Parts: sequence; C-alpha cells; structure tokens
Amino acid sequence: MKLSIERLILPATPRPARWHGPTFSVENVRFSYGSTPVLKGITIEGIAPGKITATIGPNAAGKTTFFKCIAGLLKPEGMIRLDGTDIRDYSREEITQRVSYLPQESPVNAVLTVFEAVLLARKHTLSWRVSDEDLRSVTQVLEDLDIEDLSIRFLNELSGGQKQMVSIAQSLVRDPDVLLMDEPTSSLDLQRQLEVLDLIAHVTSERGIVTLISLHDLNLAARYAAQFVVMDHGAVYASGDADAVLTPQMLRDVYGVNATVVTNPDSILQITPIGSIRSKKSRVAAVP
Amino acid sequence: MAIEQGTLQPTGELTATKGRRIYRQITGRKYLVMVCLAATLCGTLILDISLGPARLGLWEVASTILMPGSAEVTTRVIVWDIRMPIALMAVVVGAALSIAGAEMQTILSNPLASPFTLGISAAAGFGAALALVMGLSIIPFAGIFLVSANAFVFAMIASMTIFVLSGLRGVTIETMVLLGIALVFLFSSLLALLQYIASEQALQQVVFWTLGSLVKATWPKIGIAVVVLMVTIPLFVKHVWALTALRLGDDKAHSLGINVRKLRLQVLISVSVLAAAAVAFVGTIGFVGLVGPHVARMLVGEDQRFFLPMSAMTGAILLSAASIVSKMITPGAIFPIGIITSLVGVPFFLSLILAKRRQLW
Repeated sequence: MKLSIERLILPATPRPARWHGPTFSVENVRFSYGSTPVLKGITIEGIAPGKITATIGPNAAGKTTFFKCIAGLLKPEGMIRLDGTDIRDYSREEITQRVSYLPQESPVNAVLTVFEAVLLARKHTLSWRVSDEDLRSVTQVLEDLDIEDLSIRFLNELSGGQKQMVSIAQSLVRDPDVLLMDEPTSSLDLQRQLEVLDLIAHVTSERGIVTLISLHDLNLAARYAAQFVVMDHGAVYASGDADAVLTPQMLRDVYGVNATVVTNPDSILQITPIGSIRSKKSRVAAVP
Repeated sequence: MAIEQGTLQPTGELTATKGRRIYRQITGRKYLVMVCLAATLCGTLILDISLGPARLGLWEVASTILMPGSAEVTTRVIVWDIRMPIALMAVVVGAALSIAGAEMQTILSNPLASPFTLGISAAAGFGAALALVMGLSIIPFAGIFLVSANAFVFAMIASMTIFVLSGLRGVTIETMVLLGIALVFLFSSLLALLQYIASEQALQQVVFWTLGSLVKATWPKIGIAVVVLMVTIPLFVKHVWALTALRLGDDKAHSLGINVRKLRLQVLISVSVLAAAAVAFVGTIGFVGLVGPHVARMLVGEDQRFFLPMSAMTGAILLSAASIVSKMITPGAIFPIGIITSLVGVPFFLSLILAKRRQLW
C-alpha cells in the first residue's frame, strides 16, 4: 500500500457522528440450507455505528448467508435486533428503507443505462414520475464515486469493475441505516479499492450508520475497519478491534495459514502470509 | 440524504439540474422512438384496412371508417365487418403476444421465453384440435367459441403446470424454461396423434388452425381480447419498477423489498391468461411473442415504463405488417398469417441482430 493518502478523494478520518446512530446486535442466529447447518449460533453484541465493521473468514464460512439473514432475504432462528426490535418485526418496506444489502457480484445483463440502474435502487421512493430528489441523489452518488461519465452507458457494455462500481452506487444511493456489502471491491483495481473504501468510511461516519463489509483482503480490512468479526464454519471465532483479532494464531486457526503480523509506521497492522498449514484437514475434522 | 442541508444547498441544486439533464437525455430519445412507432402503427393499420380483393380507394375506406352512415352498404360491410375486425385483431393479438413475451422474458430472466417456447401455443393447438377432430368441448355450451374455449383451457393448463411445478423445491427459473420446452414436445406429439386419427376434413381444419389465421376475427372476439388486455395490464403497470428491478438479479430485487416469488407468480398467471386468450382466437402465431420484446428492448431498453408499451407496439406492428403481406402474396386470398410472420420476421430479426450496436440481452 504505497499510495499516498493525498490521492484519496475524501478524508478517511472518522468524524463525530451527528446522531447516535442505530443500535444493532445479533443473538444466537442459526440457519440451515435443508439439513446443512450454515450458521451455528452467531452472537455479536452491539456493533458500533459510524465505523466500518469487517466480516472476515475463509470461503464458505457463512458470511454471505449471515448478510442475507440480516437483509431479510433468509429467515434464520435467533434474534437480529435493529434499534432493539427484531428484524422480523419490521415490515418489508421498513427493512428495505433501513437495510441496504449489496450482494456479491451477480451477472447483470439488463439493457439499462447506469443512471437508470442506480435510480432503480431507490425503488422505495420511486413513482411513475421520477422526483427531483431521486435524480439529485443518483447524480450525487455517481459524482461521489467518480463514475458520472458512465451515466448513459448500458450495463451490459461495462467491465466487471465498472459494474461493481454501479452496484456500490446502488447500495449507497438508498441512504440506509445498515449497510451490508459482500465483497464490494473484489473486481476493482487498487486505486478504486482505496477510493471506494474511503468513500464508504466517510459515508459511514458522516451518517453514523452501521456498516458491515465482508472482505477477503485482510490488509485492506486492517486499514479501513475499526471492528472485526471473524467467522469460521458458521460460527464467530473472534470479534473486536484489529489488535485483538488479527493475530497469527487466528490466521492459523481460521485460514490455515502461517503469517506474520506487524504494525506499520502509520500504526496499521500489516499481514504477510508465509504459507499454508498442511495439517488443515485434521483441524476441519475436529470441528463438530 | 442525511447530509446537512445548509452546506449542500448550492451544489445540491446544481446536482439536481445535472440529474434532470441526464434523465431527460435518456428518456427524451425513448419518447421520440415511441412517437415514431405509434405513427408507424397507425400507418400499417390504415394500410391493412385499405387492402383487399374489393379494390376500394384509400379515401373511400377512410370516409367509411369516419362516417359509416353515409357510405354504401357493400363498402360499409367490407370495411366494418370484414376488414376492420381482421386488422384490429392483428393489432390486439400482436400487442398481447408481445407483452406476454416481454413479461415472460423478464420474470424468467431468459431471452428465449415466449408463449410459444413455454408450450402455451402448443397446448392451445392441441385444445383446438380436440374440438375440431373429436368435437370434445372442455367448457360445456361453448357454442361458437368451442374451438377458442378449448384452446384457451389447454393453454391455461400448460401455464398452470409450469406455475405449479415452479413451486416445487429445487425448481429454478432456468428449469421453468426447460419445463416449458418439455411441454412443447408433449403437446406437439399429442396434436400429431390427433392429426393421425383425424378425418380428412378435420385434419384440414386443424392444419389451418395451427398455421394461425386472422380471418375468423369478429367484433365480439376482439372485445374479449381487449378486455383481457385491459384486465392484465394494470398489474404490470403497478409493478413497473419491481419488474425492471427483477432484471438486476433475484438477490438485488429482493433486497429492494420486492417479494420476488410472489411477483413472479402473479405475473406468470396474468401473462398466461393474456397469451392463452390471444392464441385461442388466432391460432399458433409463434414469432411475435419472442421477437416483439427483443425489438422493443433494442429500441428503448428495459425500463418497463417504456419497455411495456413499446413491446405492445412492436408486436402490433409486426402482426399488422404481416397481415398486410398476407393479403398481397396471392391476390384475392389471405395467406395464413402464422407463416408470414416467421417468413417476414426472421430476416428482419436477423438483420437487427447482425446490425446490432450493443448486446441484445
């Protein structure tokens, strides 16, 4: 990460939130696809608003399923509380207004322009006639993400990275209280990754919202997230701040990787993987 | 947005202006295309009415339409009782089939979906043949609507089969299309079986029906088709944004607060009624339901506020144009329109695909 901080479009330093923000907690959430348990009792007490929370863990750890449960796409057992009320007690409209979920990249080939696609994400406010407020929000987000020049391009003409930028715009334009993003930067180049995460960090602190992002790039997570939830085999392995969570022990246990963790001059943790642990199979077998 | 109003006001106004400009740029072109197509449709409709074995002048036809009272009786009968039902049926059925195809393609997220490829047309053909060959009526006392009623019932059976099976675990939207194709084969072979045992006279009728024809169009039939259109369209209009959002993928649509499953089933039912009604009256006209939506998509994209009326217009124009050609091929006779739509439509469609500037789907 050699990019100078001046390149970034917005300051990444958190600002004091203007409102107390939503309270969000998860209690013993369990979910199975058929007879296969995917979430085996997830409990996270109080995720602080205004800061990015990174959900990390290896493939098939249950991150996407967990996000879908929060967004109301799946109906799990247990409690997911937003402002003290279980998610299921909200109406569909309320959840749509308050929770914005960005799914992992999905192939979109609709014949829609970028502007139309982002406008569509404000479906909960749209009527047949499109309001000025909707048009303003869409334009603002496209400007913030620096993809205005794509406005009248068609989705099916875009590159993978451009499509992902559109998805991010769709997420942000909804102005949610809880922002869930599943691998939002997987197709982006290094500069875009930093810019997007900077913007998300800015929006999160400015609006005082709860932001959960799943990331595979742990160094990116270390730079932007203030809190971590480490998931493994459908359970929470650890949660807390970077120092408590991003340890060589965790990397060995969860990722099966030997790695060094050092603190950078700018006091951000840097993880350098060294190699895979051969005995991972036996560890998997030991998990009930 | 929760950004402070005070700091944002000047730039906010600027952003809104810019947004309006981009939005007008996107929608302005679509309105223009729609106006052009509406004019084209009027043109084909008038041309269709003015063509026929009795050589009536354009002016004579126009005055008979506008002032039926002052026209000669024969002219009035030709224009009002023979030509107009056929011409209007082409427009109504074309629109219905094309809308049905458009919404099928939308809810199944598949460019191959249409009343024809989902087995609805094949089932209708079998139902009609059942009436023509065996004299079997599914609805008692159907009277003059015997063939149409049978066709409608079987078309509904086909779509309800897809509907019921789609509720089963593990049935995805991809498998729904496969199910439809399986139904095409099932009903085609059942139809072939009936043709095999049919008398020569009945066989001729069956063949004629399956070729698709507008000549049996009457005002009451048009009335029914229009009513079906009027009943089903409000559902699509109510869900314009949701249907557009469906094309972003199920997860995204769901996270936008859309009950994807419910919407899909509601639309599937309405579309089935629409397609069944259209096919029941005119027989198997396969091509329009598939191509109409594709042409519309190329012209205005998939914002359903434009895509829906546009599909109706492209379908209506395609069938209206086919009706014109069907009268011109052999003077004095009307060629079966099902043959024409494909013969004329395929080269037209191929040229569109090959000349495309952007991806079709």
